[in-house]
Formats: sequence, C-alpha cells, structure tokens
Amino acid sequence: MSGFRLADGGRIDRRTKRTFSFDGKASWGYAGDSLASALLAQGQMLFGRSFKYHRPRGILGAGVEEPNALVTVDRGPGRVTPNLRAPSVALHDGLAATSQNRFPSLRFDMVALNDQFGAFFPAGFYNKTFMWPRAAWEKVYEPIIRRLAGLGDSPTTRDPDHYDATYAHCETLVVGAGPAGIAAALEAAANGGRVFLLDEQDEIGGGALSDPAQWAWLAEASAKLAAMDNVTVLSRTTAIGHYHQNFVVAAERLTDHLPVDAAHGPREKLWRIRAGEVVLAMGAIERPLVFEGNDVPGVMLASAARTFALRYGVAVGRKLVVMAVHDSGWRDALALHAAGVPITAIVDLRRDIAPELAEAARDARIACYPGYAVTKVSGRLAVDGVSIALAGVGKGLKLDCDAVLMAGGWTPTVHLWSHAKGSLRWDENWGAFLPDKTHEDLRCVGACAGAWDFGSGLSVGLLPAPKPLHESKAFVDFQNDVKARDIGLAVQEGFRSIEHIKRYTTNGMATDQGKTSNLNGLQIASGVLSRPVTEIGLTTFRPPYTPQSFGAMLGHHKEALFQPLRKTVIDDWADIQGAVYENVAQWRRARYFPQGSEDMDAAVARECRAVRSAVGVFDASTLGKIEVVGPDAAEFLNRMYTNPWKSLEPGRCRYGLLLGEHGFIIDDGVSARLAPDRFHLTTTTGGAARVLGMMEDYLQTEWSDLNVWLTSTTEQWSVIAVQGPKARRVIAPLVEGIDLSPEAFPHMAVREGQICGVETRLFRVSFTGELGFEVNVPAEHGRMVWDAIWAEGQKHGVTPYGTETMHVLRAEKGFIIVGQDTDGTVTPDDAGLGWAVGKKKPDFVGKRSLARPDIVAPGRKQLVGLLTEDPQMVLEEGAQIVADPNQAVPMTMIGHVTSSYHSATLGRSIAMALVAGGRDRMGDTLHIPMPGKTISAKVVAPMFYDPEGSRLNG
Amino acid sequence: MLLIHCPYCEEARPEVEFVYGGEAHIARPIDPSAFSDAEWEKLLYIRSNPRGRHHERWRHTHGCGRFFNAVRDTVTDVFETTYKAGEARK
Ligand SMILES: [Zn+2]
Repeated sequence: MSGFRLADGGRIDRRTKRTFSFDGKASWGYAGDSLASALLAQGQMLFGRSFKYHRPRGILGAGVEEPNALVTVDRGPGRVTPNLRAPSVALHDGLAATSQNRFPSLRFDMVALNDQFGAFFPAGFYNKTFMWPRAAWEKVYEPIIRRLAGLGDSPTTRDPDHYDATYAHCETLVVGAGPAGIAAALEAAANGGRVFLLDEQDEIGGGALSDPAQWAWLAEASAKLAAMDNVTVLSRTTAIGHYHQNFVVAAERLTDHLPVDAAHGPREKLWRIRAGEVVLAMGAIERPLVFEGNDVPGVMLASAARTFALRYGVAVGRKLVVMAVHDSGWRDALALHAAGVPITAIVDLRRDIAPELAEAARDARIACYPGYAVTKVSGRLAVDGVSIALAGVGKGLKLDCDAVLMAGGWTPTVHLWSHAKGSLRWDENWGAFLPDKTHEDLRCVGACAGAWDFGSGLSVGLLPAPKPLHESKAFVDFQNDVKARDIGLAVQEGFRSIEHIKRYTTNGMATDQGKTSNLNGLQIASGVLSRPVTEIGLTTFRPPYTPQSFGAMLGHHKEALFQPLRKTVIDDWADIQGAVYENVAQWRRARYFPQGSEDMDAAVARECRAVRSAVGVFDASTLGKIEVVGPDAAEFLNRMYTNPWKSLEPGRCRYGLLLGEHGFIIDDGVSARLAPDRFHLTTTTGGAARVLGMMEDYLQTEWSDLNVWLTSTTEQWSVIAVQGPKARRVIAPLVEGIDLSPEAFPHMAVREGQICGVETRLFRVSFTGELGFEVNVPAEHGRMVWDAIWAEGQKHGVTPYGTETMHVLRAEKGFIIVGQDTDGTVTPDDAGLGWAVGKKKPDFVGKRSLARPDIVAPGRKQLVGLLTEDPQMVLEEGAQIVADPNQAVPMTMIGHVTSSYHSATLGRSIAMALVAGGRDRMGDTLHIPMPGKTISAKVVAPMFYDPEGSRLNG
Repeated sequence: MLLIHCPYCEEARPEVEFVYGGEAHIARPIDPSAFSDAEWEKLLYIRSNPRGRHHERWRHTHGCGRFFNAVRDTVTDVFETTYKAGEARK
C-alpha cells in the first residue's frame, strides 16, 4: 500500500467522485481517472498474475503499451470484455473490473508454484515437452495448459451490442493528437482541406496531458480545432491499421466509458478512411530495463509514474528510486519531485551525467548513483527495496524504496508506418528503428519520426548483473513471461534470425505485440550473438495496433445481415409448409417438408416414394441460368463444353459438361437451344457466377471475334420441377400452345408456350429418373404458377420435396453432383461421363489436358457404386476406403465415399465413391474403417434404379 | 484496400469491385493439340511469379464487367498502369 493521491494537480475533477469495484471490492476515484490511476491512488500495486509463471504483476505503463495490468470488465450479460489494459480503461460509476489469470485469488495464487519450478518452463518448453505421447495431449497436457496459461476468459454468451461502421474521405488524416499531431492538423486545416485527427485516448493531447506547462496551449488548440468545420477530431479512436493507398481503419469506442445505464446506441464505430495524405504522430513508448526482479509490482516506466502524477494527481509510491540509462529518467524524476512525489535516488548506468541534470538533482536533494545498476529488487507482492552495484558487478548497497522507475530510452511508434510497408533505419542515438522511406503519401512527425527531444542515453536493454544470464529472472516480455535467459537459450540452441527467436521464445507475441519488449529482445539477441542489431532483423508489425473487438470488425454484418440470404419467390410458400432449410451458395433452400413428428429420414423416404409412385414438386429456381445469344452462340458453346453443340436442333436439350483448361470437371447442367442463335443454359446453383465469369473470360480475352452475348438470368426465371409418373397430368390442364404428348414433346426437349396465361419455357428433363418437366416462368409469376400446379396436383397426390430428396433420387440414378461427387481432380472419364466428351471435336476447353500422361495413366480414382453388406448401414460421406481391412496403420486408402443415403425406393442404403481403379473392382468387397467397426461394401455400377431409363418415357 | 483504375470506365475504383485474373499475356493457343506434354504443362501451370513488376489480369466484375491488364509491383502493390485487353504488353 504505497501509492496515494497527491494533494493537488492532475486533470481529474476532484469535485466528482466515481465509485467502482475491483475484484468485487468497492473503491472510488475521480472523474478523469483511469482504472489504473484510481487503484494506484488507493494504494493498489498488485494488478494481475503473469501468463506462464503466475508471478504477481503491477502496472508497467500508463497507456496502451501496458502488458501486465489486464482486467476483465463486466458490463452485464453478454458484455464481458477480457484483456483490457487498466491504464486505458476510463473510470465511470459502476465500473466492475476483475483481475485475471489468478487462482483462486490475486494475492494467493496456487499456480504460482510454476514460478518455483521455473526451470521446467524454458524457451521452447511447449514445443519440447508436450510432443508425446499423443493420447496424453488431449487428456493431460491441453487441460493443464489451458488452466495455467490463459489470459482472460472468452465471453460465452451472445454480444447484445450493436456496432456501427462508416466510410470517410479526407485530404489529410493525422493519427495521434499529441503536440506534433495537433500542430500537423492545424497546419493542414489552414489549407482548407478536410482533416481528420484521431487519438486513442479519452481526450486529445497525448504527451501534453502529462505536462501542465502545455495545458493552456492544448486548451487553445483544441478549441481552435473544434471551431473549424473542415476538421473532424475523434478521440477514443484507435487507428488499427494502414492499408494500401492511405486507407486507414480506425475503431471509435462510443459507450464503454459511460455507466451501463447511460450507454445508448452502438458500442463502437469502425471508420474506413481514405486520405490524400496520412500524417503519423503516434509518439514513442518508453523502454523498460531488463534486470533481476524488474517485474515486481511497483517497478514501472518512469514516464508512467510521471503521467500518473501530473495527469491524474497520483503518486505511485512514497520512496521512489529511478533506474535510468537515459536523460528522460532524470527529467521525469525532477518533474515528479516538483509535483510532490518523493524521489529517493536516481541510479544511472552512465558515469557521465549531463551537468545540468546532476545539478538539478542535487538541488532537489536526490541521491545520485552514476555508474550503478539495479541488481535485485526485493519484495514479492510489492517492491520493498533494491540492491544496486557499481557497473552491476562491483560493490553493492541497498536502497529502501517502494517503487522503481525504469528509463531505458524511447521506441518510436512506427507500427502504422510498417503496415504501409515503409522501410526503417536503425538510429544509434535512439537505439531504435526510425521511419525511412515509403511509397505512400505518408509522413511521420514528432517522436515517432525521431523528431523529439527526450535527451540522450545508452541503448542497452539488459543491465550488467552479478548473476550469469542463465540464472537470472530478468524479464523482457512481461505479458508472455519471456526472460533474457530464454533469448540466450534460443541463441544457444541455434536460432539466429529474430523472427525465429521471437517464435521460439514467444517474445513480442502477446496481445501487446511487444510494444515494450521487441527492442530489448533484439538488443539482447544482438549481445548474445555478438552481431549488430541491424544484422538480426526486425519483426514485422501487423494490424491491429491494439486488440480490437470482433463486434467492431463485423459492424452491421451480424445475424441476418452476416451475409446475404437469397430467397426464391416460392420460399414463403415453403416456409408456411414448415420446410426445414439448408443454405446453398447463399440461397435458402427447402431441404425437406416434415409432416407431424417426422424426422428427416422419414420425411425424405415419404417424399421419395411420392415422386416414384405419383408426382412431386420441387422449387429448382436457384439453378444458375445464362442466356447465350448471337450468331456464334453454338460455336461458342461448342468450344466451352466437352460435347457437340452445333448439331443440337432448336427445341432440344443437352447435358453439358464443363471442364477447366486442366481437364477436370468444374460444372454441369442441362441446356436448351431455343433458336439457332439462342441458348438457355443452366449451371449448378453454386457455380452460376463462376461459370458466367469463366465464359466471359474466354469470350472477352480469347475469342473476342465471336459474336455472342452472355446474360445472367438466374433470378429472371422461376423453375418448378414437376416429377413423377403423373407429372404430365398435373401440368396438362394449365399449359397452352404446347403439345405435351410423348411423340410431340420427347424427353430432353424444350417448348415455348404458356402456362396459367404467362409465357413459359417448358423443359422436359429429369434429375429424378421419372417422367419430368421443369417449368420456367418469369420470376414475377413463379408463385402464381406454383400455386396453380399445387392446386391441380391435389387430384394426383402431389407432394412437395426438398433438396435432400432430390439428392437421394438422383443418387439412385447415379447422377453426379459437381462438388460432391467431384472435387476438382475428377475428369469426365473418372466420373464415368466419357460419353459426354465429343471425340471428334478438334478442340474444347480442357481437351488437351485429357491426354496428359497422368490423366490417361491407369489407377485413377473412378466413380463407382457401393452396396454395404448390411443393407441398413448408411456410410458416412467422406469416409475413407481400404482394400485390406487387416493392414497395419497407416492403412493404404484407395478412395472415399462421396454420396450416401438410405433409399426408400430400394429399401436399403446406397452410396457412390471415388475408388482407385474402381471400374476394375466391380464385384469386389472393399472396407470402410470407422471408429469401433469396419464396414464392408460391394463395388457395383453407380446406377441403382431403372438402369434402362424406361421410367423417363412415361 | 487498393484503388484500381479501370481502363474502360476510366475511373479508379476500390478493389472490392474487381476480381484478380492471374498472369497476363498467356494466350490460349489456336491448336493446343500441337503442344507437347511438357509445353502444355508449362502453359497451364508455370507462371513467372516475379518480385517486382508483374503483368496481370483483372476483371471489373462489379462495374463494367471487362477484363483488362495491369502492371503491379508485387513488393509494394503499387499499380504502375492498367490497359485494355488486346493492347501490347507494357
Ligand atoms: Zn470498368
């Protein structure tokens, strides 16, 4: 209990108290406090437990760089957010925050035993230890790791909040509203263009918020910006990432800073901003120093202590020791002293201190230890003293203190610069990478450009110490619990590139993306390898700059708006009938129509029997449709499809098989020639857009001499499949102008006429193996015609059926579904569709590839039928097939099941499969190993019902 | 998100309106059957995959629907130019 509220100072409103709770305990602060400053003011030093060793941890920073003090904020059911950084959580009445990763409590943590056995957790521990035996992984290791190594818990209930999203355009976008950013925004605004100024904090000002001398200027500048109508200032808005051509994405937090009952409207708003020029004014983050005990609660960045004192009026302790290698530590110490925060001593590894700093410290009666380094921090839950030694190894002494401030120099925040692929150059004075070149209209100003005076210092992360590196507990990455010795171990084990060292040690891979650890890790690796930093490389920054909510990423695209849902004009009817739906290529399709308490199997069996014995109706409107028109239409299709099209007479249909240039099946469908220069193509439901795109590609770029027009007509036509022995009788009374007799209108023919008084393209086609028609009518009449067919069908026992029944019926006939029975590696011959390839055609898309050596080689997987020995056993689609069930694991898999159903028509199960050399295995018994059993099945031709096709001619 | 200049619409439009179409200037031969297996393999599968200037096809799918060619730097993603299908390689 050492932090306290200073008698005066800070930007907090001391007249307005805020009450909140931390770990269930009531506490209070002032308006303008952050959760961190309010708790520090109450003397709280312990904020969390570390990731791997569950070591007690306090506050390190005062901003988004904070790696330790992660809290979960509970704003009611479904509104629990883990891993928020306490310094970035604005205090409001009723705020309920809890610490994380402790068991059972923050002060007493059982898992902290990890720390005592820390030798068991070196770098690469996870990779090395949990490799085997495999069974132990699921049952033993994973549950333990989940318990030990977790941050906050993921929410388990639906997020009830709404998230907004918007686009914006401007001439100048400034990221970061510190002094440099504000100056850049004012300058740009004076030129008259639209200016956006973004800042992640609750108020703009950046570093100026911690410097009372700048407050008057800040107030004036803020007022000036607010008064300019070409300027948009967004606070609580984090620029997450910079993308191509100055496209910046930013998340604005709208309500999290408000009490729950005052939070109305969207929680966050995602801005997508395209800017002419982007100015990055993101400042710099102070670096910690790496020494024994640098993670004890109370050891923090000097800049953080300064911010807590001058912005929030909170002293982080009553006896502070500063450990500096940089002038900024002295400046912060003097500023803290002036604000009434007691500074006991300044320890600096440098022997030579700028005379004006040394003199000022002396005047302030601060003891100075130039040439010294902290070698040990005592205290477990809070600092109670430090040991220091000359050059870290010489004669030592102890200093009494309750907080240690680290001043290790500054790292410019170049994250967004790096997102934009801007190059970096190493700067020896900063001991850090600075922006160099970019091809974007992008520039850095202020500290992130290296254009800021923090003074000078050494660039060392690791302080010299009496203990050898491999014995020390000096932390580099606080959030991922990476010690200096882990980096040493990684190098010892042969890792050289910082990208590899990072992944092996997990340095910089936590939610803070190494904001305080990357440079120190690099420096330590450089030291151990005895190679300059520039030869070791720099890890790449990637968006987002800070962790973001999934809600903000989704914006409005959730629930019903998650993705478009396409519905046919008959969908409402199916809904009323109680259809169970499935989504196919964003179309909502009726899968089956259960009656009473029927399950899917019962409903599908009934629907199948109805189609085979009487008549069924099916909404096939989702079929892809393309109108191909022009004098060269037949020539074009002849080149696209495998089979001949020029000879197809108007009024006739043909099954078309479409290959890629690689020779594999990519789509199929029945198409009709309506006139010499007009075709009505159909494609698979999912392939419609792809097929049109492919045809446009060939037409525009390969055969631009052909006079052909392609138009997508998928949504122009409703398609009602009427299938079954009584199909003709159902439609006959409704059709005008078409002779429906089998002689005049044979299978695979098309006629134009009228149905129910509207135009129709009537196809006599069948995907069921029964006598069938597909009634195409303009979509606006689809529901009317469906209702009329439904009414007429009542006399004949008409039954609606869904996609599942359609699948079973077609499988009984051995008709393939592209994408189910094919997988992009199946040729026409593999699928048993060699008959659909025009042997005499000189060329078509994919033809040359059908003669490639691997395509004509024996042993390819071929489509076959499978009949299980147990007729009631339905195979799993996707199940692997073996020839020898007794072979030792790993067994030789010779194929897999592609389609499998129970066939009510046949009273048994049926399946189709792709099997190596399948057509040579007819009559053989193959085996399908499943958990706990092996199923045997006989190879048959993939045609289970009416092989002669006599039922088509009803 | 990239901004891509469509040479037909003569406008820079956001990337989401376009679909990438692979390497440009690989014409389908008039008579593929004249190609040896090795030549056909090369035509089908082997691409230049350069670091730097890349000639590639794009389609303004959600715009004019036209295919066109572009020169893009594969390191920076900067488009050097876009031009109509059928025009000479730039
Ligand atoms: Zn266009």
